Amino acid sequence: MRFTLITGRTVAQGDAMEKGKTEEEFMKACAIVELDPEDMEKLGVREGDTVRVKTSEGELVLWVRKAPGEQPGVAFIPLGPWANYLIGGDTEATGMPPYKVVDAEITPERGKVPSLEELLRLYTREEVR
Amino acid sequence: MRVTHRDVVCSFCGTLCDDIEVDVEDGRIAEVRHACRIGTTKFLSASRHEHRLLKPMVRENGRLKEVSLEEAVERAAEILAGARRPLLYGWSSTSCEAQSVGIELAEVLGGVIDNTSTVCHGPTTIAVHEAGFISCTLGEVKNRADLVIYWGANPMHAHPRHLSRYSIYPRGYFRERGHQDRTLVVVDVRRTDTARLAQKFVRVQPGRDYELISALRAVVNGRKLPTDEVAGVSREDIEELAEMMKSCSFGVLFFGMGLTQSPGRHRNIDNAICLVRDLNTHTKFVIMPMRGHYNVVGFSEVLSWQAGFPFAVDFSKGYAWYNPGETTANDVLQRGECDAMLVVASDPVSNFPKPSVENMLRMPIVAIDVHPTPTTMVADVVIPAAIAGIEVEGTAYRMDVVPLRLRKVVEPPEGVLSDVEVLQRILERVKEIKG
Repeated sequence: MRFTLITGRTVAQGDAMEKGKTEEEFMKACAIVELDPEDMEKLGVREGDTVRVKTSEGELVLWVRKAPGEQPGVAFIPLGPWANYLIGGDTEATGMPPYKVVDAEITPERGKVPSLEELLRLYTREEVR
Repeated sequence: MRVTHRDVVCSFCGTLCDDIEVDVEDGRIAEVRHACRIGTTKFLSASRHEHRLLKPMVRENGRLKEVSLEEAVERAAEILAGARRPLLYGWSSTSCEAQSVGIELAEVLGGVIDNTSTVCHGPTTIAVHEAGFISCTLGEVKNRADLVIYWGANPMHAHPRHLSRYSIYPRGYFRERGHQDRTLVVVDVRRTDTARLAQKFVRVQPGRDYELISALRAVVNGRKLPTDEVAGVSREDIEELAEMMKSCSFGVLFFGMGLTQSPGRHRNIDNAICLVRDLNTHTKFVIMPMRGHYNVVGFSEVLSWQAGFPFAVDFSKGYAWYNPGETTANDVLQRGECDAMLVVASDPVSNFPKPSVENMLRMPIVAIDVHPTPTTMVADVVIPAAIAGIEVEGTAYRMDVVPLRLRKVVEPPEGVLSDVEVLQRILERVKEIKG
């Protein structure tokens, strides 16, 4: 199913970041995608299920969370390394990458959400450095 | 013994709340009052030393190894002085004093210096160059504003006390009944937690903010819209919002990443500034960016004093050169134009897009920070720093460009210096190497 992907801050992400990005709480706050309840029904997923989120830049398995309010057609991922693995680099000569309004394909998938270290390994394809 | 520090400034977000009470017991922070959830965590986690960076480290044979501060400074200076065009990035979560030393270091190195505004309100800065700016202080918002609009911003998550301290809930000189004397409007693509508090929520279609601003300008300037809806918003809603804006006595438009990071970028802000300018033919209206990091504004101030430009300055020509799109961190990284990085109080491995991170991982990185982050995990030199506003004093600028003095409430962990001192040591050594 097609979505418009938006990334941004949440209070849980900010709180977890200050506790420490290497802690499990940070992953739980960031490795998620918030969806509209009706869109979740159409996808056949419930809170805590996993989905595959795919953009032109990359793809990841993330946990689903119900958005606090309605947002039909919009998928939201909190700011962090998981969100940015899906974001491209074109700044249109402004310095600003396209962190918001990105085309994404979301499909239900039972899979493992990568931990922070596993995510960094996707970049280097080996042990971190 | 328990000591209470009052009116402490919180060094988390650009709201820079200056009414925090911190109880210190046996040299550790025991209790925090008045701060938001994130600010409270920031103060309390300072005293959880087991989750801090405490020892300088240098990468050897692929692993980070603890070394003396002298060794780490030496290795950092060698990497930076040996680079052809290093990128010095971060700077928004530290004091103006540290920023000042960092800018001198960039000049001595002939490198590029950029801060996190490059990925938050950089487009706002570009728009201000084009259109000027009509703003005010947060004190004026508190005392005067009767119409408060958040556009593409969700302060209940990113600036949790913004509404309660300045914009909606406080009683002001001309707003004696607090929130009863004010109207809250939110424009967003999602019904956020801030939108749920609003009297009026306008859902704009993603990426179509520019069109909606243009439609509002048309109506404010007396035109009739030729279509029934613009950017997913009905003509009735646009006309109602335009009327609310024209008829208030002091309106404020706060905007966030919803405008700066969406298609259009600086053009969205340019148009929003022009809308506010148009509104001033009818009433008093101001506009203010919701600045994220607590001293992101300070960096632009200090860089403007020292180099003449607000962000993204390249010293590689031997003088300060500013050209967003060319000298901005992500563009420099993606074109592979830098060959080493110094990261101070920031985590670009988490917060930069994939193509930038891929290039970062190909070059040596020196990181100065408080906590371990994905950036310190992949860095070649890691130097711990004390926390400005908790363990060292300094100056920071609030989102409305008001400078506030950061306080010290506890001692830093043993052997951990402020980033000002660490940067001065690196600068001294770089000067020696460069001759």
